[in-house]
Amino acid sequence: MASDTPAMAVVHGRSPIFYRRFDRKDDDQHQTHYCPGCGHGIVTKLLAEAIDTLGIQDRTILVSPVGCSVFGYEYLDVGNIQVAHGRGPAVATAVKRSRPDSIVVSYQGDGDLAAIGTAEIVHAANRGETVSVIFVNNAIYGMTGGQMAPTTLLGEKTTTTPRGRDPAVHGYPLKVCELLATLEAPVFLERVALGSNKQIMATGRALRRALENQVHGLGFSLVEVLSPCPTIWGLDPAEAQTFVRETMTRTFPLGNFRDRSASAVPQRLAVTVPDLGELPRILGLGPASGVDGASDTVAPASPVPTADHRIVVAGFGGQGVLLLGEFLAEAGLSAGYHVSWLPSYGPQMRSGTSNCHVRISAVPIDSPVVSRPNVLIALNEPALRKFLPSMEPGGLVLYNADSVPVDCAGSGAGITPIASTAIADRLGSAKVGNVVMLGALLEATGMLPDSALERALHRLVTRERWYELDRAALQAGRAAVRRMTAAPAEPSLAQDPAMG
Amino acid sequence: MEPQLIKGNEAVVKAALLAGCRAYYGYPITPASEIVEMAALYLPEVGGVFVQAESEVAAINMLYGGASAGVRAMTASSGPGISLMQEGFSYLAGAELPCVIVDMMRGGPGLGGIGPEQGDYFQIVKGGGHGCYRNLVLAPASVQELVDLTMLAFELADRYRNPVVVLADGSVGQMMEPVSFPEPRPVPAAPAWAVTGTAATRQNLVSSIHLEPDVLEGHIRALEAKYREAERSEPRWETWRVEDADIVLVGYGIVGRVLRAVVETARRRGIRAGLLRPITLYPFPTRAIRALADSVRDFVVVEMSTGQLVEDVRLAVEGSRPVETYGRVGGNIPTVEEVLQFVERTILVGARVPLEVSPNGQ
Repeated sequence: MASDTPAMAVVHGRSPIFYRRFDRKDDDQHQTHYCPGCGHGIVTKLLAEAIDTLGIQDRTILVSPVGCSVFGYEYLDVGNIQVAHGRGPAVATAVKRSRPDSIVVSYQGDGDLAAIGTAEIVHAANRGETVSVIFVNNAIYGMTGGQMAPTTLLGEKTTTTPRGRDPAVHGYPLKVCELLATLEAPVFLERVALGSNKQIMATGRALRRALENQVHGLGFSLVEVLSPCPTIWGLDPAEAQTFVRETMTRTFPLGNFRDRSASAVPQRLAVTVPDLGELPRILGLGPASGVDGASDTVAPASPVPTADHRIVVAGFGGQGVLLLGEFLAEAGLSAGYHVSWLPSYGPQMRSGTSNCHVRISAVPIDSPVVSRPNVLIALNEPALRKFLPSMEPGGLVLYNADSVPVDCAGSGAGITPIASTAIADRLGSAKVGNVVMLGALLEATGMLPDSALERALHRLVTRERWYELDRAALQAGRAAVRRMTAAPAEPSLAQDPAMG
Repeated sequence: MEPQLIKGNEAVVKAALLAGCRAYYGYPITPASEIVEMAALYLPEVGGVFVQAESEVAAINMLYGGASAGVRAMTASSGPGISLMQEGFSYLAGAELPCVIVDMMRGGPGLGGIGPEQGDYFQIVKGGGHGCYRNLVLAPASVQELVDLTMLAFELADRYRNPVVVLADGSVGQMMEPVSFPEPRPVPAAPAWAVTGTAATRQNLVSSIHLEPDVLEGHIRALEAKYREAERSEPRWETWRVEDADIVLVGYGIVGRVLRAVVETARRRGIRAGLLRPITLYPFPTRAIRALADSVRDFVVVEMSTGQLVEDVRLAVEGSRPVETYGRVGGNIPTVEEVLQFVERTILVGARVPLEVSPNGQ
């Protein structure tokens, strides 16, 4: 009768993707740590079969989470990364982006993915990362002993919902596939279950699809698996499977929520890696070049050995305070000095007050902080009042106005009023008021040679129109100081500051 | 290369790329936002990866992923974001993953302010994540040093398989100074332990979990041995005019520069002052400070916090010399004048008043 017995195919053979022995376990190295009837064992096996079928064992990198599946790396003979709770999709993102030929699988439970890792999964999905996520939903925290999960069913008792999950207190079960289906980027979202052999086979197909999509570079795929946890649920394995099939699926309907596998185009971006020697050019190393590409160095004028210009530029945001400082620092560098430029920063860049500290020195600069300025460029009255008391006696103050407030005039510093905004307005744009002040400063002090200023303008001004306007502003500022020197009837004329 | 005027936050990205960094993950925060912007601009240009993360938590875990895959990778943030990253610091150290994190410190606690401060010293230098681990910590005082130390950070990270933090206050990131950039270095091959999705690396595992107590203890001891080695080999510091100094000022980062000016001014006034500026905060230049204690009368620690660095200086001095402390916080950088005044009043005038304890404890 033996010839009548049908040949028995071995359908439960061990996938070669599993390690032959689980050497990474401390004991019981012939079996997994999963409880009898646990869905993780089945999902792991289905995953192994999918990897084997697609021939991607060497390329696969498994990202193991925190939760019952924390030990995924003990079983699967693929590249393994164990990560922090909920962060699998962030880790997977980075791995896949830098190793685009790898097949990255983030394996997560419901606490990991749908509670602590909500931000990471939503954003990895929304970016359309080309990774495959396996989301095992058993509606409970298994590893920590049975606390409420975001997917715990209404009325279900857990150690942290001892009276059952009450939507008024605990909210509703979180439906991950439905949530992610509101996003544009995901390519494949499907909810399957382990409630029957038929369902298990469908799960195997879905997992294979999720990996296949990645092999084809199609984008983000997630498979949610409704899975039994007999130990915590207090059911025997058969009852637990029935619970999955008949109860869980009422809250979490099975089905496909997104399948754009056919229409999605491979996401792989063309990456060009330049030669190492190209890097300095790409990074713009060396002096900046503006109009005329004037990064060519002119022999610097010999710096004044005692120079120690400690400059504060202050005014409203939008007056070009920081740029004026940058012009000075750039010109100082061109002239062979040590320089530093330190701005105030933050919201005041958009409104309110703005200031920067510039040092131009013949010797290395100890502190970029100017607490005792010998030059103050005050583009408005609050700036004048704020910084005047810190001035070094005999220092130079350039103040953007027609006249100096009476109560400031006797401060000890020489305050020169230069109506820089008005002068700039007459030139065509109030925006170059800062450069008018720059011209005035150079005329009053001669602290930097013209050639250095020319180079600074060349480097920092990138548009021809502004370059011409800035040059005119520079001259206008110089002329304003010359006019005042010629007519010393003004309230307070610049003393030649004893700088250096 | 010829010096160019450049902002710290821009220079740090360029330095990283010259050092072979090819992945950046970050989240914007003042005063570090230009770093994420520059990374977005340049990483794709050099064939690297840039991801704007959804949070600092995601950013630091992306760093974990990039480092696991054997890529030189970095992120940057400031106090509040660095606090969020502390989980990741611990995992990175536990899994022995090399990476670089830049912290451009701002005022705290809480949302605090956006001005420069040095209040992250404890959370970066002492730990801030869970478990027995250390970050290697480098503290630049200028934009040039920010460039040099960022490049060094990648080397140290690989050498020790450990996170390296470049810890600067916001002003170092925000200021512009001339920088000479070095020539680019080749991108190193992925280390043998990395998980890269190839046959050769298939059996590699990156993990920080060791449930068996003896196994975990062995792991922690191995980490400890690395830190002891770093303590022997890596302390870096700068001294200035300490040879005949009666008073040594100790400060790092931007404060170190202010203190140099204090030393010069103090010397002109007849005070024999010197400076020790720690460049590595972990490992700390303990032995250098201890050695100075033999010849120095007083130490004055100046920092932009209410007293964090001072604890390490006191540990180094072991009570053998007085260690005074002066701090500014909230975004204020101590000025030369006020530090000098503190030095003169507290030390020279001998106004070291014994602690007064009133009966009602106030």
